[in-house]
Amino acid sequence: MTISFSRKDTEPMETARAAACHARGGTVPAGQSGLASWLPVVGLEIHAQISSNSKLFSGSQVQFAAPPNSLVSFFDASLPGTLPVLNRRCVEAAVMTGLALNCSINKKSLFDRKHYFYADLPAGYQITQKRVPIAVNGSLSYSLCIDNKMSRMVTKTVRIKQIQLEQDSGKSLHDDTRSQTLVDLNRAGVGLMEVVMEPDMCCGEEAAAAVRELQLILQTLGSSKAIMAEGQLRVDANVSVHHPGEPYGVRTEVKNINSVRFLAKAIDYEIQRQIEELENGGTILNETRAFDSKLGCTISMRDKEGKQDYRFMPEPNLPPLILYDAKSLPANRNHQQVVNIDWIRERLPDLPSVKRAKLVELYGILPEHSFTLLNEDGLAEYFENVIKHTQMKPKKVIGWVLKELLSYLKEHALAVKDSPVSSFLLADLLNLLERKEISSSAAKQVFEELWKGEGKTPLEIVKEKHLELLRDQEELEQICQAVIDRQEDEVMAIKAGNQKVLNKLIGLVQRATRGRSNPVLVKQILEKKLQSE
Amino acid sequence: MSSPPISPSQQSLSLQNNFTCVSAVYKPAHENKEEQVPAAVLEHLERLALVDFRDAEGVQRLREAVRFAERLHEVDTEGVEPMDSVLEDRCLYLREDDVTEGNCTKELLKNAREKIEEYFVAPPGNIPLPKLEERETFEQQS
Repeated sequence: MTISFSRKDTEPMETARAAACHARGGTVPAGQSGLASWLPVVGLEIHAQISSNSKLFSGSQVQFAAPPNSLVSFFDASLPGTLPVLNRRCVEAAVMTGLALNCSINKKSLFDRKHYFYADLPAGYQITQKRVPIAVNGSLSYSLCIDNKMSRMVTKTVRIKQIQLEQDSGKSLHDDTRSQTLVDLNRAGVGLMEVVMEPDMCCGEEAAAAVRELQLILQTLGSSKAIMAEGQLRVDANVSVHHPGEPYGVRTEVKNINSVRFLAKAIDYEIQRQIEELENGGTILNETRAFDSKLGCTISMRDKEGKQDYRFMPEPNLPPLILYDAKSLPANRNHQQVVNIDWIRERLPDLPSVKRAKLVELYGILPEHSFTLLNEDGLAEYFENVIKHTQMKPKKVIGWVLKELLSYLKEHALAVKDSPVSSFLLADLLNLLERKEISSSAAKQVFEELWKGEGKTPLEIVKEKHLELLRDQEELEQICQAVIDRQEDEVMAIKAGNQKVLNKLIGLVQRATRGRSNPVLVKQILEKKLQSE
Repeated sequence: MSSPPISPSQQSLSLQNNFTCVSAVYKPAHENKEEQVPAAVLEHLERLALVDFRDAEGVQRLREAVRFAERLHEVDTEGVEPMDSVLEDRCLYLREDDVTEGNCTKELLKNAREKIEEYFVAPPGNIPLPKLEERETFEQQS
């Protein structure tokens, strides 16, 4: 009787993962050597800085840019005789995040010390949660576009292993020329939520989509501002490859990733690097690699000190953190000292996925539209405000918001809140269009004029540039006749049966009227004239 | 009024009620001859704790400390929940999220041996300890 181990255990999960990856062609085919295909495995460790006024265990301020060492208390500097005091807001932020990610909240969680020596860690240890973190066993759903088109989206899920509260370290500025490091402890002690994801992803694109969704969730909850550029969201990727059906390969940890875009690049590069290394007969070392965004590659950060022994021990200065729910609420405790999970759950805002579903249902827009609306800060509110002030149907409004407005914003690198065309102005413009006072091409001209931000209303611009739709039927008929007379070849083609050429004639009439003609009316007139000829 | 004196046997009995399975009379589990602490272990400990075990006295103290701590193994803790904080029954106090500290750059920098424009100055990264062979150890000295 043969005993087969690990393969059977990994198979069901692996088959599910592989199937998911296969569905979008995620396995990497073999290289030149023609060996079996490769299955990349990607797991993420994400550190999100908690949005709070003061730090996790001390009362010094949390602020991004401040004079060096000005936001540091005696505890943060690890001076003797100081003790940690837990910040209630940080606990609530972690509970909110755990609930939003479908985790079980541990009613009793513990704090531990993780020891290592570094200049920006004055105590020589970090207070974290290793044994029993505050939240475990959750999931995060995110969406991917298949085939690079927004039209086909697929929903995926990544399991969340745990969420733990821990301290951030200070900042080291390396001065290699003078062979020294400058240390700023402003960041030392700021509260972090570490979100540990299971290795359920298979490529850079999936990781980027998952992180983007997590970012939106954190920002919606307000538990973290999650701006990667300001270091409020830091992502480390664990990457390995293996052949389907075989045990997982050796993994490397990729650090120093500063944007969601670079995350995808770094992971894809590392997957390729590992595959090439293995196909050339090399081995993968279990090491940490840094991503170089300029070169687009990962570089080994091999530590001279070898594997770290963190000597975890319980934090003796902090008793267990006890959380309550409606049932276990203690009778005589000061309510400021009590964190009630159910109370927090009731007050959770609508998560992005819920908001999107509501937008789709309420306004009849496409799911991919709802993604774009939520992806840009303030765009969904802008859209809803336009809807409120215009008679135009949402399905038409969305086109104006996502095509005209958004492309202008992107071109000028502006945020929605800095748009020179407010939602009220756009609503006014769309009303003119809806009432058929101007044509759609005229409306685009008005939009361009509005963008200059000179304070004119759409109506004023229309009058100024004489963009009103031609009402005079006779004038329109004359122009149409003139076009028909000029374009003999096209007329012949239409009479021969090629209806598409009619559009060219309509375009010519539009041009002659400088966009002031109603294309539907023009088409009618042209068709009537051509029939009668 | 003082309580009547307790005979030694009675005393050991009361001890047994509080501490399960520890015999009233201590007998070391293994009366070991002086055993050498492996050099590799010493090096590892020195690296981890940045404590210098340079001389024979240091190593002897280490051995005694280990032997002292080993006695804990004699206690049968089967089924006993570990107590990791004497504050176990106390509530973890939660502080309001107010800014109450900081803004003492000058005071903090008074502790710094070297400073540049309000930054602490540190060596570039961690300086690795030289390898065991490259430094004087207790073995070489004795």
